[in-house]
Amino acid sequence: MASHAPTPGEPSPSALSSPAAGWQGIAGDWASDKDAFKQVPWGKAMMWIFLLSDTFVFTCFLTGYMSVRISTTVPWPNPSEVFALTIGGTEIPLILIAIMTFVLISSSGTMAMAVNFAYRRDRRRTAALMLATAAFGLTFVGMQAFEWSKLIAEGVRPWANPMGAAQFGASFFMITGFHGLHVSIGVLYLSIVALKVLRGDYERAGNYQIVEIAGLYWHFVDLVWVFIFAFFYLW
Amino acid sequence: MEHAQGQQHPISLYLKIWGLLFVLSTLSYLVDYFHFQGYLRWSLIVTFMLLKAGLIVSIFMHMAWERLAMVYAILVPPLCLLVLIGLMAAEADYIFLSRIFFFAQGASPGS
Repeated sequence: MASHAPTPGEPSPSALSSPAAGWQGIAGDWASDKDAFKQVPWGKAMMWIFLLSDTFVFTCFLTGYMSVRISTTVPWPNPSEVFALTIGGTEIPLILIAIMTFVLISSSGTMAMAVNFAYRRDRRRTAALMLATAAFGLTFVGMQAFEWSKLIAEGVRPWANPMGAAQFGASFFMITGFHGLHVSIGVLYLSIVALKVLRGDYERAGNYQIVEIAGLYWHFVDLVWVFIFAFFYLW
Repeated sequence: MEHAQGQQHPISLYLKIWGLLFVLSTLSYLVDYFHFQGYLRWSLIVTFMLLKAGLIVSIFMHMAWERLAMVYAILVPPLCLLVLIGLMAAEADYIFLSRIFFFAQGASPGS
């Protein structure tokens, strides 16, 4: 029974026991006239709510892309050909995007393990894994910059392109640009938190929640890419 | 061993999910590589996408272990977006038909 709210940022030792069961638990949590998200640190709840709002932003972009793609009478460029690369004389469809997907998934894997080591108070491994995550993120942004310059060199603009429907460029630059911005901010965020882990800031406070919260943001960036990959590149 | 705070799951769990995500990504890439078309292509893409999203949210983001009050607060609101998508798809279809109709008629406006 959660009779008192845990102090912010410091989960009580019993924080993970006594999970509320089923609908009665939900009703109890929401009807208790206190904080609804019991035993969830406020930082984590706020990050989730931010990610929820970001979900709406990205869905608006993807829905806009869907609308212009359905409504245009000009054929849509074939992403499989637009994003093909010629490696060793053979043209491989969509290969750069596939590699970018694997890079981002790998970064999610290292981030998940960093959270785990943070709660074990293994500062070195936590920081190393977080910096590895940031390095994967930088790789991803670098490949995206390469992809952008390649398309711009081929004449793709937000208002026109030589392959087909003019809306292709607008959707592409808007969606991947906004996602790339999220990755770049994530790289900064993770690097700062990693350095603070190394410096021992959270050791003194005795609270490594921030690593998990930063991790939530990073996994969300990966999650958005899953949808962009499916709807923009594969559809 | 020191008492650990927060969520503790074995590292092997994360490695397994990582592997699964790799396999699913490879499969969705192969859908494009082998040029599947039509409903087969779309259903495969959406299936792999939803599986990947589910794994990331439930395991990597620890949603599987959160309290239900928060899980529903986060996962239910996005369902509104399905309404938006449905409305916009209907609207876009209508615009497409209007354009076909208009362009077919109005090749020489003013005549």
